[in-house]
Amino acid sequence: MFGRHDPDAALPVDPDVGVPALHVRPSSIAAVALGGLLGTAARYGLGVAFPETAEQWPFTTFAINVAGAFLLGGLLEALARSGQDSGWRLRVRLGVGTGLLGAFTTYSTLAVDTDLLLRANQRWTAICYAFGSLAAGLVATVLGIAASAWMTSRSAEEAT
Amino acid sequence: MMTLWVALAGSVGAVARFVLDGMIRSRRATEFPWGTVIINVTGSLLLGFVVGLVVFRGAPSEVQTIIGVGFCGGYTTFSTASVETVRLIQRRRYLAGVTNALATLVVTVAAGAVGLGLAGL
Repeated sequence: MFGRHDPDAALPVDPDVGVPALHVRPSSIAAVALGGLLGTAARYGLGVAFPETAEQWPFTTFAINVAGAFLLGGLLEALARSGQDSGWRLRVRLGVGTGLLGAFTTYSTLAVDTDLLLRANQRWTAICYAFGSLAAGLVATVLGIAASAWMTSRSAEEAT
Repeated sequence: MMTLWVALAGSVGAVARFVLDGMIRSRRATEFPWGTVIINVTGSLLLGFVVGLVVFRGAPSEVQTIIGVGFCGGYTTFSTASVETVRLIQRRRYLAGVTNALATLVVTVAAGAVGLGLAGL
């Protein structure tokens, strides 16, 4: 499929070598499934603990999305700085990054809550919520990446 | 018990996102994150429809909780969309980054409105 020839097909294939593609590997799918289970449960739990009322700024979803963007930026930066995307790093990226943090945050709720605010004629709240989420998410991602870069460079200095 | 159903639906949503994103990536070798855009837009359309069924049609609220909070929430992602925008900007692909951020927001809100509208028909 990728033009590779396996000289000894009988030998077990390293699960982290690039063939087959990640999204068809049972181990990768299992990592995403487990992370997605935990991330969704956490978001649902926060939603029950801090319920949102209609026609009001959805602060719980806002906080979840901004926090998740910060954590994903930091996690991916830390993994990229620590070494190759294989072995445990790949499993953490898929399980915690794609699965847990991907499922923890939500774009569909952001979009539909904005629609419901627009339908309720809360135009300014809708616009501030939608663009505020977008801007805060980007700032949080940059801060997460910067925090991760700062921590890894500091630990590298301490090691020398 | 409800937490378990929501979490399971979210897990299925996350796997659907992972597999669909992988399929789109393997077909199109571009830097632009089409996979995440398509996932967030289709997830918003579905959530709008489900919320509309509950709000306009009196469907049981459990449907919204399991499919909406669970599946659609696990399927769509805000964190990945943010990281992909920042990465495009880091690579100095400013136009692609700004387009990704703004177009995703505008098109998902439009898709959600279409979903709500379809449920109200």
